[in-house]
Amino acid sequence: MQTPAPVDYARATSVAHALELLEQRGPEARLIAGGHSLLPMMRLRIAQPECVIDINGIADLDYIKVEEGELRIGAMTRHAAVLASPVVGEHYAIFHDAERRIADPPVRNRGTVGGSLCQGDPAEDLAAVASALRATVVIESRAGTRTVPAREFHTGPYETAVGDDEILTELRVPIRPGASSAYDKVKRRAGDWAIAAAGTYVVLSGGIITDVGIGLTAVGAPHFCAEDAERYLLGKVPTDEYLTEAARLAADACTPRGDQRGPAEYKHHLAAELTRRVLARSIARAEGRV
Amino acid sequence: MPQMIKVTMTVNGEEVSADIEPRTLLVHFVRDHLGLTGTHWGCDTSQCGTCVLWLDREPVKSCTVLAAMADGHEVATVEGLEVDGELDPVQLGFMNEHGLQCGFCTPGMMMTARWLLDHDPDPDEATIREAISGQLCRCTGYENIVRAVRWAAQHPRTQPTEQEVQA
Repeated sequence: MQTPAPVDYARATSVAHALELLEQRGPEARLIAGGHSLLPMMRLRIAQPECVIDINGIADLDYIKVEEGELRIGAMTRHAAVLASPVVGEHYAIFHDAERRIADPPVRNRGTVGGSLCQGDPAEDLAAVASALRATVVIESRAGTRTVPAREFHTGPYETAVGDDEILTELRVPIRPGASSAYDKVKRRAGDWAIAAAGTYVVLSGGIITDVGIGLTAVGAPHFCAEDAERYLLGKVPTDEYLTEAARLAADACTPRGDQRGPAEYKHHLAAELTRRVLARSIARAEGRV
Repeated sequence: MPQMIKVTMTVNGEEVSADIEPRTLLVHFVRDHLGLTGTHWGCDTSQCGTCVLWLDREPVKSCTVLAAMADGHEVATVEGLEVDGELDPVQLGFMNEHGLQCGFCTPGMMMTARWLLDHDPDPDEATIREAISGQLCRCTGYENIVRAVRWAAQHPRTQPTEQEVQA
């Protein structure tokens, strides 16, 4: 039987209250959102915080809205709510593609957008989505509010830009008129982490790619993105040949490691193939073919 | 001494209170503190789904929720499916279609099935399989579970459930 080590519990009623509790309890306190990353780590005693600060009661952080030309998702929004949101699907199908493949339905009922990003797992799907979309995250502390680009948010495996006395409050994605997007993932079985996954958005103008973002996860892509491949595609007509070459560039920028989910060569192959597929699907969606 | 906290929540329509250690997981709270052992405790790693119950009317894996997080909330377990001696159609479906062999996964499967039918009264096979995709059965190969849920869809109950009455 796995049980967390003894731990104190505190419940935050607002962002300001959570920040106050973080300051009171010091660096050995951890915020707990859905708990579907932290609690498994606590059960395995990989994590032994002195105190968990429950932020599930902060209803102000549970929302999906469009404001100032951005899709804004509160940190406490559950995966299931993202998947069910017509507004999200209208602007970025990549979220729905990804959410359908994240964990499983009961886990998606609890797991949150903010928690997933802050866990910083090297195989996190939303990290690749946020990176592909060049999203920004909003981080609050008692000193004030700051924004960090998604591509600078993850500072290493399980490490993020969020400090001990800070809380991530929102994910912001610029709305790009005409953008189409897609996500695909290969996993061993339902609910598992990705062996590899990729997501893209594309904006076409006059049949030319004028804007593109490529995100990858679980394959050691720097900052979960593929900038060489993005640059290569700009200004090009989206032919199969160009997409295949972009996918090769994306895979070559990755440094996958062989593990129980497969050897490095296989993951490299998947990184290229999944990038090609999601680029093709994004373009097909842009052209109204699917 | 570890911190002790008092939690109060509604379980199957009844208010319960207890003093617990904050590290207590919800699955252990309902089994060990409330004696509701219908909810099973399996893999301990959020994968097998036998511990699925409802928290605020949504299926969750109760091995990955602190009981403290359920304080002030509403929990429903498999014990609440039967009302006044009347089995839920889902329970009848599992009986009639042999939706279980060892029965270990069954409570979680039935709680998810009930939730699915409450939201989609006539789900097709793919929808049922997606709904139970976070829950493992090592006996049936899922075929009979899908049939059990289909049976329940074809034989909807006539009496409102406890949850519906409360709502």
